[in-house]
Amino acid sequence: MVLAVAVLYGTGAYLLLQRNLSRIVIGLALLGHGANLLLLMAGGRAGDAPLVGENGGPFADPLPQALALTAIVITFGVSAFLLALAYRSWTLARSDEVEDDIEDRRIAAMIAARRAGSEFDDDTGAATGEEPPQ
Amino acid sequence: MNPLLILPIAVPLGTAAVTLGLVKWPVVRRTLGTLALGTTIVACLLLLGEVSDGTVLVGHVGGVRAPIGITLVADTFSAILLAISSIMLLAVFIYAVGSPKTDESRAFFHSVYLILAAGVSASFLTGDLFNLFVSFEVTLTASYVLITFGGSKLQIRHGMTYVVISLLASTLFITAVGLVYAATGTVNMADLASKLTDIDPGLRSALGVLFLVVFGIKAAIFPLFFWLPDSYPVAASPVTAIFAGLLTKVGVYAIIRSHTLLFGEAGPSSLLLVVAGLTMLTGVLGAITQDDVKRILSFHIISQIGYMIFGLGLYTLAGLAATVFYIVHHIIVKTTLFLVGGLIEEGTGTAALRRLGGLLHTSPLLAALFLLPALSLAGIPPLSGFVAKLALIEAGFSIGAYITVGVAILVSALTLFSMTKIWSGVFWGRADEPPPNPGALDASSPGSPRLMLWPTGFLVLLSIAFVVAAAPLYALGEVAAANLIDPSSYIAAVTVP
Repeated sequence: MVLAVAVLYGTGAYLLLQRNLSRIVIGLALLGHGANLLLLMAGGRAGDAPLVGENGGPFADPLPQALALTAIVITFGVSAFLLALAYRSWTLARSDEVEDDIEDRRIAAMIAARRAGSEFDDDTGAATGEEPPQ
Repeated sequence: MNPLLILPIAVPLGTAAVTLGLVKWPVVRRTLGTLALGTTIVACLLLLGEVSDGTVLVGHVGGVRAPIGITLVADTFSAILLAISSIMLLAVFIYAVGSPKTDESRAFFHSVYLILAAGVSASFLTGDLFNLFVSFEVTLTASYVLITFGGSKLQIRHGMTYVVISLLASTLFITAVGLVYAATGTVNMADLASKLTDIDPGLRSALGVLFLVVFGIKAAIFPLFFWLPDSYPVAASPVTAIFAGLLTKVGVYAIIRSHTLLFGEAGPSSLLLVVAGLTMLTGVLGAITQDDVKRILSFHIISQIGYMIFGLGLYTLAGLAATVFYIVHHIIVKTTLFLVGGLIEEGTGTAALRRLGGLLHTSPLLAALFLLPALSLAGIPPLSGFVAKLALIEAGFSIGAYITVGVAILVSALTLFSMTKIWSGVFWGRADEPPPNPGALDASSPGSPRLMLWPTGFLVLLSIAFVVAAAPLYALGEVAAANLIDPSSYIAAVTVP
């Protein structure tokens, strides 16, 4: 369980750092799964179903299960919305890449303009402010 | 249980459900929404009346007692925030009805807005960490929809940043809740307050920092504020206004609540003071370099958040009372400024400073509506910002936090500079480039400018009334602060049946 949580968190964080929107969405979903598993683990060891009238034991702690259930529903809804948003972004821009920050582009444009003023033979690739495709 | 506790959540949520079925009748939706938010205001004010002497009202949903059941708690602090936020929600709702660019007539705007209202109320009222997470999610999901409501390319691109950052924060939040449960076996805040003292202090402060990061992302404190100036300005003006007024404040509320009740040590916190200073400074420096009204105002939100954290970091009665006072002042003033920004944009078609100018002659009313809250934001006497900042700075001096006090004074001077920049860019002089849609607001423009002007004017009047009634309101803030510093009455009210 611990290993599964660690792997989910690690993969999720890695995917989140990518530039493709679809990878970011999947990364967030993985992070959400990791968090839900962690909630479940917070309840301690597995046990019998904690029903009224059941004898025996040890019982499993029901509260984290309820919490995880709520969290799963929320993750599900938000993931659906995120996918819709990513799809909308793709239909509008025909691109899955995350664009650069406005300030970054402004700074890049400023630097490019300054370079173009002093060194005419300079490579103007910086003007677009985009990284080369990987 | 007292029905006043559930009304601020149930009324907007129920109305949201009803309005979903009324797709074809926008007028009915508007009326219902206005009625629901009006009822919420009455409920919140009555609630404030009940707890204004420092009593703590507790409600156990479904009769299941704490720490297992869902607990709603209202103390003076949360009731003050509830009351002011419900007033803002109604004012901005009316403004949105009048604003033609909001897509307000589209089917789901009212429902989503009401869900946002319910989420904000629930965040202020909830008594346990997991329900705080759920209320945050309700608020945020509604805000995701609102921020991308127009569906334009810009809104989607910046909305995406906002959604991803918020989701990351939510995941961290649920992780932190899981860890707290694993460490203590409870998520009820009053119960946690006593149980957290028993666990290892190292673990306790690690959890505290984790929560500070989570709420810090929501509240946009340094260094977790990058998403805010990127995403807020792209939404429709009323949406930006309500986000600016309320959403970050929900984060600040959560920081204050968790710090005072759960993780705070007695005495000033140097971590919070440093964070506060840096937040103020970066926010205002960012604002100075911008040349768009909405972006300038967005950066100012960040710098104002710094002031609130400053008061919390001092952790004295005066500091916390000043913070409470400052939050209320900020909610009113910031919402008003964004509404005026929206009016400018509505009237001229742009919010870029270089394309605006000379609005003083074409719409003097707008200039007056902008000037009062702008001066108040900068802290010019005798407006509410002055009272709030004075209280904070006095509290800072009394504890000897001279560096942060110095930063606070410097930042308020820079705020004034940045407000004058908007003033001279928008209202004086003449535009460098002609605005796309010249001519100020008049009756012939689409929508109903009257409905936009009235709430804005009302909020300006409210901020003036706030100064007139400063003494009793400050006393109320002190009651709230006393409750925050000594949470024993809060804990006792929740845990003792």
